[in-house]
Amino acid sequence: MNVDFKEIAVRGIWRQNTGLVQLLGLCPILAVSNELVNGVSLALATVLVMTLSSATVAALRGFIPHEIRIPVFMLIIATLVTVLEMAMHAWLHALHQVLGIFLPLIVTNCIVLARVEAFAAKNGPVAAAWDGAMMGVGLVLVLAVLGGARELLGAGTLFNGIERILPAAQPWRVLPDAYPGFLLAILPPGAFILLGVLIAARNAIVMRRTSQAAGVPAAA
Amino acid sequence: MSGAPYLHRARSVPVIMLWVLAALLPGIVVHAGFFGPGILMQLVVSSLAALVAESAVLALRGQRLAPALSDGSALVTAFLLALCLPPLSPWWLTALGSVFAIVVAKHLYGGLGQNPFNPAMAAYAMLIVAFPALMSQWPLAGEGHQVAGFGESWRLVFGGERALDGITGATPLDALRTGMRGLPGAAPPQISTVMAGSGLGVIAGVGWEWVAAAYALGGLLLVALRVISWHVPTTFLVVLALISALFWMVDPASHAPPWFHVVAGGSMLGAFFVATDPVSGASTPRGKCLFAAGIAVLTYLIRVFGAFPDGIAFATLIMNLCVPIIDRTTQPPIFGHKQGPARRGLRQGDR
Repeated sequence: MNVDFKEIAVRGIWRQNTGLVQLLGLCPILAVSNELVNGVSLALATVLVMTLSSATVAALRGFIPHEIRIPVFMLIIATLVTVLEMAMHAWLHALHQVLGIFLPLIVTNCIVLARVEAFAAKNGPVAAAWDGAMMGVGLVLVLAVLGGARELLGAGTLFNGIERILPAAQPWRVLPDAYPGFLLAILPPGAFILLGVLIAARNAIVMRRTSQAAGVPAAA
Repeated sequence: MSGAPYLHRARSVPVIMLWVLAALLPGIVVHAGFFGPGILMQLVVSSLAALVAESAVLALRGQRLAPALSDGSALVTAFLLALCLPPLSPWWLTALGSVFAIVVAKHLYGGLGQNPFNPAMAAYAMLIVAFPALMSQWPLAGEGHQVAGFGESWRLVFGGERALDGITGATPLDALRTGMRGLPGAAPPQISTVMAGSGLGVIAGVGWEWVAAAYALGGLLLVALRVISWHVPTTFLVVLALISALFWMVDPASHAPPWFHVVAGGSMLGAFFVATDPVSGASTPRGKCLFAAGIAVLTYLIRVFGAFPDGIAFATLIMNLCVPIIDRTTQPPIFGHKQGPARRGLRQGDR
């Protein structure tokens, strides 16, 4: 069986990006992206869950009856998330407190189930793990940009709360102290508006590339 | 889209916008008279930012600049926004709001005639959510308060100086909501004592009541000229008076009288200039009445039970969302039919 790892990576990170193209799992994207550290932490947790659940399902795909596959997938995912949540509770307690309910809610994140159902159930464990990881990396990138932009606009800082993960690190005050803080960016409407801007930017890049590839000047 | 009759002499957009701007003038003059020249600076900043933003977006969209810039719609948006902001706000606040109104609320939805939300109100809502502290520094007028002169206003608006103690304070609506919240453990506050201590003037705030009267004067001019129809302002003010009278009669100790609500805050500006927006408002006569009544009820509820001192902006945005349904269900009957198209079970595609 030959697996096109590069193809899977491009698809996960750019062509079918979970946040910008599939628009799956928007609830955590919008809810925890108010700060860079929060967003990226939850995305990294999701990467871990996606990689492991895809690999597990792919390995067991011969034994799972087709008719009850969704409950089985959910049990596998829920088990992995529970383990992860307990581990974070033990070793990254401060971060666990901040992410709160969104950690257990990774179970209900549709992107995890979507990749398991659409890819892992039909491919080998190595390819499935790679696919889950790359889809997750796409999510990490979106959450990094979105969380960074919201934190920067809203509070003028970056990496606020980094000390919860690396006790020696300090948040970075990017904008001067006099910056009044654009509260809207941190509030839920700011998440919707900025995600819309990111999607528009991605569409613009794709359209420009397509028209260049076709030899037509970019649409005016 | 407007209802029948379709044969009429339509005024062009620039003429309508010019009349609206002219009708705002009395309010602006009275405002400047009571609270100093800050409002004029806000109008200039807001208009410049709106025109620059409009030009930039039009250029990006590959449209011709001249027709859209000269129709005056961007200026009306800029004026309405500036008149809703505290007149001593820093310039960047006003400019940011103005750019948001033009770029996000107007052009991202397709430009003039396409925007579902009133751009000025969307920008106001954005600003009060993003900068609640700056948006509550209102100037005071009357005995014992000095009005910021030109130099001082200039330093406050453009100089980055924020020494506002003594010249700004809460508006009557603001004072009312803070006062009525009461202190923990104390006896429930009485509306009469709260209102007595809030610089109330005759009806609704020293200075503010005259500004409201001037807006009403300009608004009546627009009604007389048929630039706006009478349905919206009349329904809005009557329903606002009715609902505030209802609460006031049931519990006069803790609710402000109806005349206060009709004059206070943005009521007059909202009734004549915001809710009458032909793009984001309802278009059928019955629809206009429903639309205005909805804004009035929501405004009152937000003022009395909500988290913000005035509710005009949020009420307008919420009712803007209802406009498609309102317009569809209030279509006047076609000649020869007893009921409008929606009542006869026709859908949009059937016609």
